[in-house]
Amino acid sequence: MHSNPAQYDLIAPTTLEAVLDILASEPGHYTPLAGGTEIMVALGAGRLPRKPLVSLQHLDELRFIEVLDSEITIGARTTFTDIRRDAVIATDFPLLNLAASWTGSVANQNRGTIGGNIVNGSPAADSPPALLVYDAVLTLISTRGTRLMPYGDFHLGYKKTALAPDELVHSITLQRDFKDYIPYIRKVGTRNAQAISKVAIAALARMNNGTVEDIRIGAASLRDRPTRLPATESVLQNQALTVETLGPLLEKARAALRRETLPIDDIRSTARYRSAVAGNLLEEFLRTLVAV
Amino acid sequence: MTTITFTVNNESRTIEAPPMKRLLDVLREDLHLTGAKEGCGEGECGSCSVLMNGELVNSCLVSALQAEGAAITTIEGIAVGQKLHPIQQCFLEKGGAQCGICTPGMILATHHLLEKYPQPTLLQIQEGLAGNLCRCTGYTRIFDAVQAAANQPGKP
Ligand SMILES: Cc1cc2nc3c(=O)[nH]c(=O)nc-3n(C[C@H](O)[C@H](O)[C@H](O)COP(=O)(O)OP(=O)(O)OC[C@H]3O[C@@H](n4cnc5c(N)ncnc54)[C@H](O)[C@@H]3O)c2cc1C
Ligand code: FES
Ligand code: FES
Repeated sequence: MHSNPAQYDLIAPTTLEAVLDILASEPGHYTPLAGGTEIMVALGAGRLPRKPLVSLQHLDELRFIEVLDSEITIGARTTFTDIRRDAVIATDFPLLNLAASWTGSVANQNRGTIGGNIVNGSPAADSPPALLVYDAVLTLISTRGTRLMPYGDFHLGYKKTALAPDELVHSITLQRDFKDYIPYIRKVGTRNAQAISKVAIAALARMNNGTVEDIRIGAASLRDRPTRLPATESVLQNQALTVETLGPLLEKARAALRRETLPIDDIRSTARYRSAVAGNLLEEFLRTLVAV
Repeated sequence: MTTITFTVNNESRTIEAPPMKRLLDVLREDLHLTGAKEGCGEGECGSCSVLMNGELVNSCLVSALQAEGAAITTIEGIAVGQKLHPIQQCFLEKGGAQCGICTPGMILATHHLLEKYPQPTLLQIQEGLAGNLCRCTGYTRIFDAVQAAANQPGKP
Protein backbone atom coordinates (compact mmCIF):
# COMPACT_ATOMS: atom_id res chain seq x y z
CA MET A 1 0.00 0.00 0.00
CA HIS A 2 1.37 3.38 -0.96
CA SER A 3 1.39 6.08 1.68
CA ASN A 4 0.15 9.50 0.77
CA PRO A 5 3.20 11.80 0.66
CA ALA A 6 0.96 14.78 1.39
CA GLN A 7 0.62 13.42 4.92
CA TYR A 8 4.31 13.89 5.61
CA ASP A 9 5.99 17.18 6.33
CA LEU A 10 9.62 17.70 5.40
CA ILE A 11 11.88 20.60 6.21
CA ALA A 12 15.44 21.24 5.09
CA PRO A 13 17.31 23.54 7.48
CA THR A 14 20.55 25.01 6.17
CA THR A 15 22.72 24.52 9.24
CA LEU A 16 23.64 21.58 11.44
CA GLU A 17 22.76 23.67 14.49
CA ALA A 18 19.21 24.20 13.22
CA VAL A 19 18.75 20.48 12.51
CA LEU A 20 20.01 19.56 15.99
CA ASP A 21 17.72 22.16 17.60
CA ILE A 22 14.73 20.66 15.83
CA LEU A 23 15.67 17.12 16.87
CA ALA A 24 16.13 18.33 20.48
CA SER A 25 12.87 20.29 20.52
CA GLU A 26 10.84 17.08 20.60
CA PRO A 27 13.16 14.05 20.71
CA GLY A 28 11.92 11.19 18.54
CA HIS A 29 9.30 13.32 16.79
CA TYR A 30 11.32 13.96 13.62
CA THR A 31 12.89 11.42 11.27
CA PRO A 32 16.19 12.49 9.68
CA LEU A 33 16.28 12.08 5.91
CA ALA A 34 19.66 11.60 4.19
CA GLY A 35 19.79 9.97 0.73
CA GLY A 36 16.27 8.59 1.15
CA THR A 37 17.02 5.19 -0.37
CA GLU A 38 15.54 3.48 2.68
CA ILE A 39 12.98 6.11 3.65
CA MET A 40 11.44 6.59 0.19
CA VAL A 41 11.06 2.83 -0.18
CA ALA A 42 9.37 2.67 3.23
CA LEU A 43 7.09 5.53 2.18
CA GLY A 44 6.13 3.71 -1.00
CA ALA A 45 5.47 0.51 0.89
CA GLY A 46 3.27 2.28 3.45
CA ARG A 47 5.56 1.49 6.38
CA LEU A 48 7.13 4.89 7.05
CA PRO A 49 6.09 6.06 10.55
CA ARG A 50 3.76 9.06 10.21
CA LYS A 51 6.22 11.64 11.51
CA PRO A 52 7.60 14.83 10.01
CA LEU A 53 11.02 14.54 8.42
CA VAL A 54 14.08 16.74 8.60
CA SER A 55 16.40 16.63 5.62
CA LEU A 56 20.18 16.67 5.99
CA GLN A 57 20.59 17.74 2.34
CA HIS A 58 22.15 21.13 3.07
CA LEU A 59 24.62 19.89 5.67
CA ASP A 60 27.84 19.90 3.69
CA GLU A 61 29.67 19.65 7.00
CA LEU A 62 28.47 16.04 7.18
CA ARG A 63 29.71 15.14 3.70
CA PHE A 64 33.50 14.89 3.75
CA ILE A 65 36.41 12.48 3.87
CA GLU A 66 39.22 13.82 6.02
CA VAL A 67 42.55 12.05 5.70
CA LEU A 68 45.21 12.43 8.39
CA ASP A 69 48.48 10.50 8.70
CA SER A 70 47.11 8.15 11.33
CA GLU A 71 43.36 8.09 10.67
CA ILE A 72 40.58 8.88 8.27
CA THR A 73 37.18 10.34 9.12
CA ILE A 74 34.14 9.93 6.90
CA GLY A 75 31.15 12.23 7.32
CA ALA A 76 27.80 10.46 7.78
CA ARG A 77 26.32 12.02 4.64
CA THR A 78 29.14 10.72 2.44
CA THR A 79 27.70 8.64 -0.39
CA PHE A 80 28.92 5.26 -1.56
CA THR A 81 30.03 6.92 -4.79
CA ASP A 82 32.18 9.35 -2.75
CA ILE A 83 33.66 6.38 -0.86
CA ARG A 84 34.44 4.48 -4.06
CA ARG A 85 36.21 7.53 -5.51
CA ASP A 86 38.52 8.01 -2.52
CA ALA A 87 42.05 6.79 -3.17
CA VAL A 88 43.03 6.41 0.50
CA ILE A 89 39.97 4.30 1.28
CA ALA A 90 40.79 2.12 -1.73
CA THR A 91 44.34 1.43 -0.54
CA ASP A 92 43.95 1.45 3.25
CA PHE A 93 40.41 0.14 3.67
CA PRO A 94 39.73 -2.14 0.69
CA LEU A 95 36.89 -3.93 2.49
CA LEU A 96 34.96 -0.67 2.72
CA ASN A 97 35.72 0.24 -0.89
CA LEU A 98 34.43 -3.13 -2.09
CA ALA A 99 31.37 -3.09 0.18
CA ALA A 100 30.48 0.34 -1.27
CA SER A 101 30.98 -0.94 -4.81
CA TRP A 102 28.19 -3.49 -4.45
CA THR A 103 25.74 -1.52 -2.33
CA GLY A 104 22.98 -1.44 -4.92
CA SER A 105 23.28 0.12 -8.37
CA VAL A 106 25.17 3.21 -9.47
CA ALA A 107 22.02 5.31 -8.95
CA ASN A 108 21.68 3.90 -5.46
CA GLN A 109 25.33 4.60 -4.66
CA ASN A 110 24.94 8.19 -5.85
CA ARG A 111 22.24 8.81 -3.22
CA GLY A 112 22.73 6.27 -0.43
CA THR A 113 24.91 7.42 2.48
CA ILE A 114 27.09 5.52 4.90
CA GLY A 115 25.29 7.15 7.85
CA GLY A 116 21.93 5.98 6.53
CA ASN A 117 23.31 2.49 6.02
CA ILE A 118 24.39 2.06 9.62
CA VAL A 119 21.49 3.88 11.30
CA ASN A 120 19.00 1.88 9.30
CA GLY A 121 20.58 -1.07 11.11
CA SER A 122 19.73 -3.89 8.74
CA PRO A 123 21.57 -7.10 9.66
CA ALA A 124 22.15 -7.61 5.92
CA ALA A 125 23.72 -4.22 5.17
CA ASP A 126 27.07 -4.20 3.38
CA SER A 127 29.28 -1.61 5.07
CA PRO A 128 28.79 -2.69 8.72
CA PRO A 129 30.90 -5.89 8.63
CA ALA A 130 33.80 -3.93 7.12
CA LEU A 131 33.44 -1.11 9.67
CA LEU A 132 33.34 -3.63 12.53
CA VAL A 133 36.50 -5.32 11.33
CA TYR A 134 38.31 -1.97 11.13
CA ASP A 135 37.22 -1.08 14.71
CA ALA A 136 35.46 2.07 13.51
CA VAL A 137 34.57 4.75 16.06
CA LEU A 138 31.43 6.83 15.62
CA THR A 139 31.05 10.48 16.50
CA LEU A 140 27.45 11.16 17.55
CA ILE A 141 26.21 14.70 17.86
CA SER A 142 23.28 16.52 19.48
CA THR A 143 22.63 19.86 21.15
CA ARG A 144 24.07 18.20 24.26
CA GLY A 145 27.45 17.89 22.55
CA THR A 146 29.33 15.10 20.83
CA ARG A 147 30.23 11.66 22.08
CA LEU A 148 32.44 8.91 20.70
CA MET A 149 31.21 5.35 20.53
CA PRO A 150 33.01 2.23 19.31
CA TYR A 151 30.95 1.07 16.33
CA GLY A 152 30.88 -2.41 17.89
CA ASP A 153 28.58 -0.99 20.61
CA PHE A 154 26.16 0.68 18.20
CA HIS A 155 23.85 -2.15 17.11
CA LEU A 156 21.73 -3.39 20.01
CA GLY A 157 19.30 -5.76 18.29
CA TYR A 158 17.20 -6.12 15.18
CA LYS A 159 17.17 -2.60 13.71
CA LYS A 160 17.86 -1.25 17.20
CA THR A 161 20.76 1.11 17.75
CA ALA A 162 22.33 3.09 20.58
CA LEU A 163 21.54 6.40 18.84
CA ALA A 164 19.56 8.72 21.12
CA PRO A 165 16.37 10.20 19.61
CA ASP A 166 17.88 13.69 19.48
CA GLU A 167 21.18 12.55 17.97
CA LEU A 168 22.68 12.34 14.51
CA VAL A 169 25.61 10.28 13.40
CA HIS A 170 28.19 12.92 12.60
CA SER A 171 31.07 10.82 11.28
CA ILE A 172 32.99 7.57 11.33
CA THR A 173 36.70 7.36 12.13
CA LEU A 174 39.03 4.56 11.09
CA GLN A 175 42.66 4.15 12.19
CA ARG A 176 45.07 3.61 9.30
CA ASP A 177 46.55 0.52 10.97
CA PHE A 178 45.65 -2.21 8.54
CA LYS A 179 48.21 -2.00 5.76
CA ASP A 180 49.83 -5.38 6.65
CA TYR A 181 46.56 -7.24 6.78
CA ILE A 182 45.27 -9.62 4.15
CA PRO A 183 41.69 -8.64 3.28
CA TYR A 184 38.84 -10.94 2.39
CA ILE A 185 35.28 -9.96 1.55
CA ARG A 186 32.51 -11.77 -0.18
CA LYS A 187 28.79 -11.19 -0.49
CA VAL A 188 26.49 -14.01 -1.47
CA GLY A 189 23.16 -12.94 -2.93
CA THR A 190 20.72 -13.95 -5.62
CA ARG A 191 22.65 -12.09 -8.27
CA ASN A 192 25.97 -10.28 -8.33
CA ALA A 193 24.67 -6.79 -8.81
CA GLN A 194 22.24 -4.99 -6.61
CA ALA A 195 20.88 -7.79 -4.47
CA ILE A 196 20.73 -7.63 -0.69
CA SER A 197 23.03 -10.28 0.73
CA LYS A 198 21.93 -13.67 1.99
CA VAL A 199 25.27 -13.91 3.78
CA ALA A 200 28.38 -11.76 3.71
CA ILE A 201 31.76 -11.97 5.40
CA ALA A 202 34.40 -9.24 5.65
CA ALA A 203 37.66 -10.26 7.28
CA LEU A 204 41.28 -9.29 7.86
CA ALA A 205 44.29 -11.30 8.99
CA ARG A 206 47.86 -10.38 9.79
CA MET A 207 50.21 -13.31 9.30
CA ASN A 208 53.71 -13.80 10.65
CA ASN A 209 55.69 -16.76 9.34
CA GLY A 210 52.59 -18.84 8.76
CA THR A 211 51.05 -17.96 12.13
CA VAL A 212 47.86 -15.95 12.51
CA GLU A 213 48.94 -12.92 14.53
CA ASP A 214 45.62 -11.13 14.39
CA ILE A 215 42.35 -12.08 12.74
CA ARG A 216 39.08 -10.15 12.53
CA ILE A 217 35.88 -11.48 11.03
CA GLY A 218 32.72 -9.44 10.44
CA ALA A 219 29.47 -10.87 9.15
CA ALA A 220 26.13 -9.81 7.72
CA SER A 221 22.88 -11.78 8.02
CA LEU A 222 24.26 -14.23 10.59
CA ARG A 223 22.63 -12.62 13.62
CA ASP A 224 19.84 -10.11 14.23
CA ARG A 225 22.41 -7.33 13.74
CA PRO A 226 25.73 -6.80 11.97
CA THR A 227 28.31 -8.65 14.04
CA ARG A 228 31.92 -9.69 14.62
CA LEU A 229 32.56 -13.38 15.26
CA PRO A 230 34.78 -13.26 18.39
CA ALA A 231 34.63 -16.98 19.25
CA THR A 232 35.59 -17.98 15.72
CA GLU A 233 38.36 -15.39 15.77
CA SER A 234 39.80 -16.74 19.04
CA VAL A 235 39.89 -20.31 17.68
CA LEU A 236 42.17 -19.04 14.92
CA GLN A 237 44.21 -16.49 16.84
CA ASN A 238 47.92 -17.40 17.21
CA GLN A 239 47.51 -20.65 15.31
CA ALA A 240 50.00 -21.88 12.75
CA LEU A 241 48.22 -22.27 9.43
CA THR A 242 49.71 -24.96 7.20
CA VAL A 243 48.34 -27.49 4.76
CA GLU A 244 48.37 -30.00 7.66
CA THR A 245 46.74 -27.83 10.34
CA LEU A 246 44.13 -26.28 8.03
CA GLY A 247 41.69 -29.22 8.15
CA PRO A 248 41.40 -29.59 11.94
CA LEU A 249 41.45 -25.82 12.49
CA LEU A 250 38.68 -25.33 9.99
CA GLU A 251 36.57 -27.90 11.75
CA LYS A 252 36.96 -26.06 15.07
CA ALA A 253 36.36 -22.70 13.44
CA ARG A 254 33.21 -23.91 11.67
CA ALA A 255 31.90 -25.29 14.97
CA ALA A 256 32.59 -21.98 16.74
CA LEU A 257 30.90 -20.07 13.95
CA ARG A 258 27.80 -22.28 14.16
CA ARG A 259 27.64 -21.77 17.92
CA GLU A 260 27.97 -18.01 17.86
CA THR A 261 25.64 -17.20 14.99
CA LEU A 262 21.89 -17.30 14.91
CA PRO A 263 20.92 -16.97 11.30
CA ILE A 264 17.26 -16.68 10.51
CA ASP A 265 14.90 -18.07 7.91
CA ASP A 266 13.44 -15.21 5.91
CA ILE A 267 12.31 -14.24 2.43
CA ARG A 268 15.88 -14.20 1.16
CA SER A 269 17.18 -17.50 2.47
CA THR A 270 17.14 -20.17 5.19
CA ALA A 271 19.19 -20.45 8.37
CA ARG A 272 20.72 -23.76 7.24
CA TYR A 273 21.86 -22.32 3.95
CA ARG A 274 23.31 -19.23 5.63
CA SER A 275 25.20 -21.25 8.21
CA ALA A 276 26.66 -23.62 5.61
CA VAL A 277 27.68 -20.82 3.26
CA ALA A 278 29.26 -18.78 6.06
CA GLY A 279 31.44 -21.80 6.89
CA ASN A 280 32.43 -22.10 3.25
CA LEU A 281 33.37 -18.44 3.05
CA LEU A 282 35.50 -18.83 6.15
CA GLU A 283 37.21 -21.80 4.53
CA GLU A 284 37.84 -19.81 1.36
CA PHE A 285 39.46 -17.07 3.43
CA LEU A 286 41.64 -19.41 5.47
CA ARG A 287 42.88 -21.16 2.32
CA THR A 288 44.22 -17.84 1.05
CA LEU A 289 46.20 -17.50 4.30
CA VAL A 290 47.95 -20.86 4.18
CA ALA A 291 51.65 -20.42 3.53
CA VAL A 292 51.61 -16.64 3.71
CA MET B 1 2.58 22.42 0.19
CA THR B 2 6.03 23.85 -0.38
CA THR B 3 7.32 26.03 -3.18
CA ILE B 4 10.15 24.31 -4.96
CA THR B 5 12.34 25.86 -7.64
CA PHE B 6 14.71 23.83 -9.74
CA THR B 7 16.04 23.55 -13.25
CA VAL B 8 14.63 20.92 -15.57
CA ASN B 9 16.29 20.43 -18.93
CA ASN B 10 17.91 23.85 -18.67
CA GLU B 11 14.66 25.65 -17.86
CA SER B 12 13.95 27.10 -14.44
CA ARG B 13 10.69 25.71 -13.01
CA THR B 14 8.76 26.51 -9.85
CA ILE B 15 6.07 24.23 -8.50
CA GLU B 16 3.88 23.89 -5.43
CA ALA B 17 3.98 20.35 -4.10
CA PRO B 18 3.99 18.34 -0.89
CA PRO B 19 7.70 18.24 0.03
CA MET B 20 7.74 14.43 0.22
CA LYS B 21 6.13 14.01 -3.19
CA ARG B 22 8.38 11.86 -5.34
CA LEU B 23 10.42 13.71 -7.96
CA LEU B 24 9.09 11.11 -10.42
CA ASP B 25 5.52 12.26 -9.80
CA VAL B 26 6.50 15.92 -9.91
CA LEU B 27 8.03 15.38 -13.35
CA ARG B 28 5.14 13.35 -14.68
CA GLU B 29 2.15 15.06 -13.05
CA ASP B 30 3.20 18.65 -12.42
CA LEU B 31 5.52 19.15 -15.38
CA HIS B 32 3.92 16.63 -17.79
CA LEU B 33 7.30 15.13 -18.60
CA THR B 34 6.24 11.51 -18.91
CA GLY B 35 9.53 10.16 -20.27
CA ALA B 36 10.63 8.90 -16.86
CA LYS B 37 8.58 5.77 -16.16
CA GLU B 38 7.50 4.04 -12.97
CA GLY B 39 8.46 0.39 -12.98
CA CYS B 40 8.92 -0.75 -9.41
CA GLY B 41 8.68 2.44 -7.36
CA GLU B 42 11.37 1.13 -5.03
CA GLY B 43 14.76 1.76 -6.57
CA GLU B 44 15.18 -1.64 -8.19
CA CYS B 45 14.45 -1.14 -11.90
CA GLY B 46 15.88 2.21 -13.04
CA SER B 47 13.01 3.04 -15.41
CA CYS B 48 12.60 6.35 -13.52
CA SER B 49 16.30 7.31 -13.85
CA VAL B 50 17.13 10.99 -14.38
CA LEU B 51 20.30 13.01 -13.94
CA MET B 52 20.40 15.26 -10.90
CA ASN B 53 23.36 17.66 -10.90
CA GLY B 54 24.99 15.29 -13.38
CA GLU B 55 24.54 12.20 -11.20
CA LEU B 56 22.28 9.31 -12.13
CA VAL B 57 19.45 8.96 -9.59
CA ASN B 58 16.19 7.04 -9.33
CA SER B 59 13.54 9.76 -9.31
CA CYS B 60 11.14 7.49 -7.41
CA LEU B 61 13.49 7.73 -4.41
CA VAL B 62 14.08 11.50 -4.43
CA SER B 63 11.61 13.74 -2.62
CA ALA B 64 10.54 16.97 -4.28
CA LEU B 65 12.19 19.16 -1.67
CA GLN B 66 15.47 17.29 -2.10
CA ALA B 67 15.48 18.49 -5.71
CA GLU B 68 15.27 22.14 -4.64
CA GLY B 69 17.95 24.10 -6.50
CA ALA B 70 19.10 21.07 -8.46
CA ALA B 71 19.63 20.76 -12.21
CA ILE B 72 17.58 17.83 -13.51
CA THR B 73 17.96 16.26 -16.93
CA THR B 74 15.23 13.93 -18.15
CA ILE B 75 15.06 12.00 -21.40
CA GLU B 76 13.13 14.95 -22.88
CA GLY B 77 16.29 17.05 -22.49
CA ILE B 78 18.68 14.65 -24.19
CA ALA B 79 17.91 15.18 -27.87
CA VAL B 80 19.59 18.17 -29.48
CA GLY B 81 16.66 20.16 -30.88
CA GLN B 82 14.91 17.89 -33.37
CA LYS B 83 18.01 15.72 -33.71
CA LEU B 84 18.42 12.55 -31.68
CA HIS B 85 21.39 12.39 -29.35
CA PRO B 86 24.05 9.94 -30.61
CA ILE B 87 23.18 7.57 -27.73
CA GLN B 88 19.51 7.56 -28.81
CA GLN B 89 20.53 7.03 -32.44
CA CYS B 90 22.67 4.02 -31.48
CA PHE B 91 19.86 2.46 -29.39
CA LEU B 92 17.62 2.83 -32.44
CA GLU B 93 20.11 1.37 -34.89
CA LYS B 94 21.26 -1.53 -32.71
CA GLY B 95 17.80 -2.62 -31.60
CA GLY B 96 18.51 -1.53 -28.02
CA ALA B 97 14.87 -0.53 -27.52
CA GLN B 98 11.80 -2.73 -27.94
CA CYS B 99 8.75 -1.87 -25.83
CA GLY B 100 10.61 1.26 -24.71
CA ILE B 101 9.68 1.24 -21.03
CA CYS B 102 13.27 0.87 -19.84
CA THR B 103 14.74 2.99 -22.64
CA PRO B 104 14.64 6.51 -21.13
CA GLY B 105 16.38 5.19 -18.02
CA MET B 106 18.86 3.14 -20.05
CA ILE B 107 19.79 6.15 -22.11
CA LEU B 108 20.36 8.37 -19.08
CA ALA B 109 22.35 5.62 -17.38
CA THR B 110 24.42 5.31 -20.57
CA HIS B 111 24.93 9.07 -20.64
CA HIS B 112 26.21 8.98 -17.04
CA LEU B 113 28.42 5.96 -17.80
CA LEU B 114 30.06 7.52 -20.85
CA GLU B 115 30.89 10.67 -18.90
CA LYS B 116 32.74 8.51 -16.41
CA TYR B 117 34.24 6.02 -18.89
CA PRO B 118 34.32 7.40 -22.45
CA GLN B 119 35.50 3.98 -23.71
CA PRO B 120 33.89 1.55 -21.28
CA THR B 121 34.75 -2.14 -21.17
CA LEU B 122 31.88 -4.62 -21.34
CA LEU B 123 32.24 -5.11 -17.59
CA GLN B 124 31.96 -1.38 -16.95
CA ILE B 125 28.87 -1.25 -19.14
CA GLN B 126 27.31 -4.15 -17.28
CA GLU B 127 28.03 -2.54 -13.91
CA GLY B 128 26.91 0.91 -15.05
CA LEU B 129 23.56 -0.43 -16.27
CA ALA B 130 23.04 -3.04 -13.54
CA GLY B 131 20.38 -0.87 -11.93
CA ASN B 132 18.34 -0.69 -15.13
CA LEU B 133 16.20 -3.72 -15.86
CA CYS B 134 14.90 -4.63 -19.32
CA ARG B 135 12.32 -7.33 -19.92
CA CYS B 136 12.55 -7.28 -23.71
CA THR B 137 15.97 -7.07 -25.27
CA GLY B 138 18.02 -9.60 -23.35
CA TYR B 139 20.55 -6.78 -22.80
CA THR B 140 23.02 -7.82 -25.54
CA ARG B 141 21.62 -5.29 -28.00
CA ILE B 142 21.70 -2.63 -25.32
CA PHE B 143 25.38 -3.32 -24.63
CA ASP B 144 26.03 -3.18 -28.40
CA ALA B 145 24.26 0.18 -28.55
CA VAL B 146 26.35 1.55 -25.68
CA GLN B 147 29.56 0.40 -27.34
CA ALA B 148 28.49 1.96 -30.62
CA ALA B 149 27.64 5.21 -28.83
CA ALA B 150 31.08 5.25 -27.18
CA ASN B 151 32.62 5.26 -30.65
CA GLN B 152 30.51 8.18 -31.90
CA PRO B 153 31.83 11.67 -32.20
CA GLY B 154 29.78 14.24 -30.28
CA LYS B 155 28.59 12.00 -27.45
CA PRO B 156 28.17 13.60 -24.00
C1 LIG C 1 17.34 -0.83 -4.90
C2 LIG C 1 18.09 -0.76 -3.60
C3 LIG C 1 19.20 -1.58 -3.42
C4 LIG C 1 19.91 -1.54 -2.22
N1 LIG C 1 21.00 -2.36 -2.08
C5 LIG C 1 21.69 -2.34 -0.93
C6 LIG C 1 22.82 -3.20 -0.77
O1 LIG C 1 23.21 -3.94 -1.67
N2 LIG C 1 23.49 -3.17 0.42
C7 LIG C 1 23.10 -2.35 1.45
O2 LIG C 1 23.74 -2.36 2.50
N3 LIG C 1 22.03 -1.52 1.32
C8 LIG C 1 21.31 -1.51 0.16
N4 LIG C 1 20.22 -0.69 0.03
C9 LIG C 1 19.78 0.11 1.17
C10 LIG C 1 20.18 1.59 1.21
O3 LIG C 1 20.53 2.08 -0.05
C11 LIG C 1 21.34 1.83 2.17
O4 LIG C 1 21.01 1.36 3.46
C12 LIG C 1 21.74 3.32 2.27
O5 LIG C 1 23.01 3.40 2.83
C13 LIG C 1 20.76 4.17 3.08
O6 LIG C 1 21.28 5.49 3.14
P1 LIG C 1 20.34 6.76 2.85
O7 LIG C 1 21.19 7.95 3.04
O8 LIG C 1 19.66 6.61 1.56
O9 LIG C 1 19.32 6.59 4.05
P2 LIG C 1 17.90 7.27 4.36
O10 LIG C 1 16.82 6.50 3.68
O11 LIG C 1 17.94 8.72 4.15
O12 LIG C 1 17.85 6.98 5.93
C14 LIG C 1 17.92 5.68 6.47
C15 LIG C 1 17.79 5.75 7.99
O13 LIG C 1 18.93 6.37 8.59
C16 LIG C 1 18.55 7.54 9.32
N5 LIG C 1 19.66 8.46 9.11
C17 LIG C 1 20.25 8.77 7.93
N6 LIG C 1 21.34 9.54 8.13
C18 LIG C 1 21.43 9.75 9.47
C19 LIG C 1 22.35 10.46 10.32
N7 LIG C 1 23.42 11.10 9.84
N8 LIG C 1 22.13 10.44 11.66
C20 LIG C 1 21.07 9.77 12.17
N9 LIG C 1 20.18 9.09 11.42
C21 LIG C 1 20.36 9.07 10.09
C22 LIG C 1 17.21 7.93 8.78
O14 LIG C 1 16.45 8.62 9.73
C23 LIG C 1 16.61 6.58 8.46
O15 LIG C 1 16.10 5.98 9.61
C24 LIG C 1 19.49 -0.69 -1.18
C25 LIG C 1 18.39 0.13 -1.36
C26 LIG C 1 17.67 0.11 -2.56
C27 LIG C 1 16.49 0.99 -2.73
S1 FES D 1 10.51 3.06 -10.61
FE1 FES D 1 12.23 3.99 -9.72
S2 FES D 1 13.69 2.42 -9.76
FE2 FES D 1 11.91 1.41 -10.47
S1 FES E 1 12.71 -2.53 -24.14
FE1 FES E 1 11.05 -3.32 -23.03
S2 FES E 1 11.82 -3.26 -21.00
FE2 FES E 1 13.55 -2.78 -22.17
